Amino acid sequence: MDTAVVALDGVTVIYGKNQALKNVTARFAKGAVGLLGPNGAGKSTMLKALLGFIKPDQGRMTVLDMDVAEAPLAIRARIGYMPETDAHIPGMNAVTFVAYCGQLAGLPAVDAMQRAHEVLYYVGLGEARYRNVETYSTGMKQRIKLAQALVHDPDLLFLDEPTNGMDPKGRDEMLELVRDLGHNKGVSLILSSHLLPDVEYTCDHVVVMDKGQIATQGPIKELKGPTGRIYELRIKGDLPRFLEALATLGMGTQATDEDVMRVFVPDALGDQHAIFRAAAQFGAQIRHLRPSMPTLEDVFAKAVGED
Amino acid sequence: MPIHDQSYRHYGGGRAAPGHSWLVIARAGIRTLIRKRVFIGLMLFALAPFMVRVVQFWISSQYPQASALAPSAETFRQFLEQQDFFVFVITVYVGAGLIANDRRANALQIYLSKPLMRTEYIFGKLAILFTFLCLVTLVPALLLLLLKVAFDGNVTFLKNNLFIIPAIVVGSLVQVLLASFTMLALSSLSKSARYVGILYVGITFFTTAMFGVLYAITGSSRVSWIAISANVTQVVDVVFRLKPRYATPWQVSLLVIIALIVLSISILERRVRGVEVVT
Repeated sequence: MDTAVVALDGVTVIYGKNQALKNVTARFAKGAVGLLGPNGAGKSTMLKALLGFIKPDQGRMTVLDMDVAEAPLAIRARIGYMPETDAHIPGMNAVTFVAYCGQLAGLPAVDAMQRAHEVLYYVGLGEARYRNVETYSTGMKQRIKLAQALVHDPDLLFLDEPTNGMDPKGRDEMLELVRDLGHNKGVSLILSSHLLPDVEYTCDHVVVMDKGQIATQGPIKELKGPTGRIYELRIKGDLPRFLEALATLGMGTQATDEDVMRVFVPDALGDQHAIFRAAAQFGAQIRHLRPSMPTLEDVFAKAVGED
Repeated sequence: MPIHDQSYRHYGGGRAAPGHSWLVIARAGIRTLIRKRVFIGLMLFALAPFMVRVVQFWISSQYPQASALAPSAETFRQFLEQQDFFVFVITVYVGAGLIANDRRANALQIYLSKPLMRTEYIFGKLAILFTFLCLVTLVPALLLLLLKVAFDGNVTFLKNNLFIIPAIVVGSLVQVLLASFTMLALSSLSKSARYVGILYVGITFFTTAMFGVLYAITGSSRVSWIAISANVTQVVDVVFRLKPRYATPWQVSLLVIIALIVLSISILERRVRGVEVVT
């Protein structure tokens, strides 16, 4: 993992009797990192604690090598936050709103206005920039939230469920923007989402949360498991004996739907021919064989203990 | 190939050090309000008493036979009292939505994710209301004094009433600060500007009515501290070296005003947060 842009050490946040974050220790690498977890896992709480909105009951947090408790303003000058809920300054059109956010972040008025025009074009609101934000559709509101987070050119972005409420086309465009920012524009970002495909498409690293704790974290490629090939397989014959044979040969198996299983063939054993050889040796007929890829869904399911 | 690159570009210009965002908030708020014709009309209407006083001062300085119109220190107190109504209306019009509208639009998390402190946000919002209230109290009152000197062509009036400058400043500030803080605190309690406006009007009228009822029952004005507006009247009277009109000691009225401001600050401190935690 590269140098961490965000680090949490033993952070606990308690709301009344509810522990929203339980002794969380995590590292967010430079680049695009997904913060994944089901609703209520503590993702938004973590982001709000990092922004200084919530004071943790325990633990220490650093953002861009600065302590959140000691330098919240210096941190907020270098980060952009796209909140989960609809948020805007009432009574302003888009370009005034984004320029205003730029000025709040310390940009001179002229520069803020110029940046506002630029980022509004970048997020795809160039033609609608003189419209009052309150008249925007849900998708447009998501885009303007991204624009206000970007206007002061932050080093790090916190994106909280950026595709919420967007139609499929808008969602794809938003993910493309996020991916572009993280991979081509040199902006580190933390994408909080409960949508696995969003994280898998845009991020290289992932931190998986469940019930206020870190379930797993690391580069997505590594978390997907050792290199090898995975196949979906259905056979006719003595299944227990065949499974035993595959295990003896070093191939892992996992039951999925009904009679279909997933077989992991390590690189050392080659490709699907290893399965054919095993089938021939133990008299099993292969009725279905299809290559399959390990997904982030597998990582997530394993991390949060789902079957 | 596009003539202009519309992709994302990094910013290489300067940035202001944190601590000036309240000015940005105040400027934006003031700009938004002065674009409204209704509000400009209201402000002009609020300056009507000022215009009347200007004519009065001019006539009294030009025509010795109109000596009955000659201003005294009390005239300035009367002017500030006349402005009480406009202070009330402008406070409701400008102040009700200052924080309530931001809460409705979830704007607080936008503000507080920028490099500004909560106190800067509150100060910026306060500055908007404070500015407009000063424009109908402090500024015209000082301007009247200046015009009095100009019309007379000498500083005799000023010399004889030197206390009048601090009296105008303190009297106006008592009016303006109490209205600004209490309204801002009420505005932070709700997401509806309309509800906040009704609440402010209700509290003002209710406390005044309570005082009226108690006065009718007891026949004494010692309970004037119950009415918010009576406390302001009492203190400003003293500031202008006039006999207080209620039996409540002015120190009690001052304490009530200070307590209301402290309570308002405490409410603002609790309500202006980037995240609302419900436990």
